[in-house]
Amino acid sequence: MSATTTWIVVLGTAAATMALKAVGPVLLGGRPLPARLTRIVTLLGPALLAALVATATFAVDRDLVVDERLAGVAAAGVALLFRAPVLIVVVIAAATTGLLRAFV
Amino acid sequence: MGTGSERTARDGIRSVAPLAIAVFAFGVAFGVLARGTGMGAIAPIVMSLTTFAGSAQFAAVTVLGSGGSAATAILAAALLNARYGPIGVTVAPFVHGGPWSRFVHAQLIVDESWAVAAEGDGRWNPRVLLGAGLGIYVAWVVGTAIGVVFGDLIGDPDRLGLDAAFPALFLALLAPQLRTRTSVAAAVLGAGIALVLTPLSPAGVPIVAASIACFIGLARGGSA
Repeated sequence: MSATTTWIVVLGTAAATMALKAVGPVLLGGRPLPARLTRIVTLLGPALLAALVATATFAVDRDLVVDERLAGVAAAGVALLFRAPVLIVVVIAAATTGLLRAFV
Repeated sequence: MGTGSERTARDGIRSVAPLAIAVFAFGVAFGVLARGTGMGAIAPIVMSLTTFAGSAQFAAVTVLGSGGSAATAILAAALLNARYGPIGVTVAPFVHGGPWSRFVHAQLIVDESWAVAAEGDGRWNPRVLLGAGLGIYVAWVVGTAIGVVFGDLIGDPDRLGLDAAFPALFLALLAPQLRTRTSVAAAVLGAGIALVLTPLSPAGVPIVAASIACFIGLARGGSA
């Protein structure tokens, strides 16, 4: 990626996040959001995170492939079931995938 | 904790310390992975200094790394951070002072500081929010910087399986959010939309499009 693109993303993401965090305390004061809106926004997290899991596991550019990443993510899932800390989960995923690439 | 509004910023730092260690490790992971996608050394650190929202930063870097446009990267991050709108609203009545003070308090809201500052009765302690937020912020930025340095030493990230670290990390962030049937449904639908669109649309678009899965919150009026 170009340096320009990188910096546009860094600054754009910062501006969007600052605005989203500030909108309640600075503009709205004490007024609550409608419950329906809160319910929808709450579901953005699971929807987007699952989409990121899926594409980061299977996508290579515009193709969907099954490769060593899937084994790493599956191992991460097992680690999460055993309530492993996040860093351990990530290391297990990387190690599984890296070892499969090296030896299989 | 316990004595309600008597807690101070120092209490905030103290109660957030275990979480700050996790955030520090998370920051190291972000630095390593961001460095591996070719962002350079300075940009990931500036991003942690100015954005201060882990999952959104990972999302933006993932979209960029997969060849997505700047617009889709920013949009994906913003959608992931949309929860800070309602989260900010819950805190707003307890943050005092002028607009500038409110703005600074608002920037220190992250999931962890928000959780620690909750008094459990629908009130939030602004001093705890400030202390806990600062503690997390320092851990996040320092972690990122150390990760960037490490990332430089690692070399080819794919050889070490670091490309599997991204989905594993998102899975770890997703797991605690799957507490209700509706959120599981939103997750399944979001993943499905993204996979179907991957061969059909430019990189980044599938992630952004997956956000429409949140509208099942309307179809099912129940718990979310």
